[in-house]
Amino acid sequence: MNEVLILDVLLLTLALVAAVAIVRVRSLLAATMLSGIYSLIMALVWSNMHALDVGFTEAAVGAGATTVLLLGTISATGRLSRRTPSLDLRAAAVVLFTGGLLIYGTLDMPDFGDPHAPIHQHRVPKLLAQQVGKVPGRPPLGMDPPDPAHPHPRDDFNGHVPNTVTSLLAAYRGFDTMFETAVIFTAGISLVLLLRRRDDDIVEAWDEREREVQTPRPVAPVPQPPTRSYTAVGASAEPDDAPKGEA
Amino acid sequence: MSKRHPVTGAFQAPRLIEHQSVLRVSCKLLVPFIIMFAVYVITHGELGPGGGFQGGVIMAAAFIFYGLVFGASRLVDRIPSRITDFLMAAGVLLYAGVGLHNLLAGSNFLDYSALNPAHPSEGEALGMTLVEYGVGITVTSVFITIYVTITEPRFMRSKRENVKVTD
Repeated sequence: MNEVLILDVLLLTLALVAAVAIVRVRSLLAATMLSGIYSLIMALVWSNMHALDVGFTEAAVGAGATTVLLLGTISATGRLSRRTPSLDLRAAAVVLFTGGLLIYGTLDMPDFGDPHAPIHQHRVPKLLAQQVGKVPGRPPLGMDPPDPAHPHPRDDFNGHVPNTVTSLLAAYRGFDTMFETAVIFTAGISLVLLLRRRDDDIVEAWDEREREVQTPRPVAPVPQPPTRSYTAVGASAEPDDAPKGEA
Repeated sequence: MSKRHPVTGAFQAPRLIEHQSVLRVSCKLLVPFIIMFAVYVITHGELGPGGGFQGGVIMAAAFIFYGLVFGASRLVDRIPSRITDFLMAAGVLLYAGVGLHNLLAGSNFLDYSALNPAHPSEGEALGMTLVEYGVGITVTSVFITIYVTITEPRFMRSKRENVKVTD
């Protein structure tokens, strides 16, 4: 039997179990860990399809960075989600309809690895025939003795760099990748502009939030020796938490 | 063991990282190797799987790991926001600069073979490597910024607790 198929079925079953568990579990920490596990399983699926770059990205971004960012968010908010009704019929109908539509769409797609697929008949030969990202006059794969003028290895991909994905990303679609980088840069700049505040603002906002959240209690003057320098320990024991700004 | 914050209800790690030797030592041991692997992934992007994006995320993961163990305030002490802001823009500028250099050299925008007209293949590899560096630098600094920004309230709180108040 087809080993790739067996592994795929096994891994996708695991991914399905992980996905269902993410929905069912109430602890957000567990959900975060499960989503990391889901990403790792999907990375294995991509590797099984020989899409190593995609698998690498999935493992690094999906299982690594996203999990850490979600953990940071959880530690800043709370660890349990609200109780929700177990089954929303309308939501289930929408999900099932969309999923069914997607599966119906895959029926028209060629089989996995089919050499007669349209992409291999029309698009890929054109891409490989392009001169962008390619050294002109380079003989095809496996036909040349190593050339002292171009000391690249023999597995040089028809004059391209050996990794086709990098060749596609950086040369064929150099503009695309450049603006993707610009998008990431824009995201970072937006974060800095929107969320980063100056230190004074943050301390002030934190004070305000603590005042808002805590139940108003009579502010008893905490007896302090007048000339004592101390380190503030807790939120409640600090005299500068007293609402002197409102006076 | 793990205390909850009275206001937000968030769980707080035990205060003194100096007492958690396993975390501290393993973090300090692992971080250089993670960074080395990230550099490997970035620089070998044109030879094997990987590239600027993946390597950049791995590089950022090293810094974020440091931040998780020692706290975001220490991470910001190590790599101040001024530096990450600068690197964010520098990566994109490096990418676009390589393209512009080729344009000024009389070739097409982002046609890397103009970098080394005598050996176009070398110029190709050099251009792709430079471009991958640019992507990696931007992705690293953006991810560090995301982490630091998201954990900001906690970070500022811990910073504030260290403030000496004098009457």
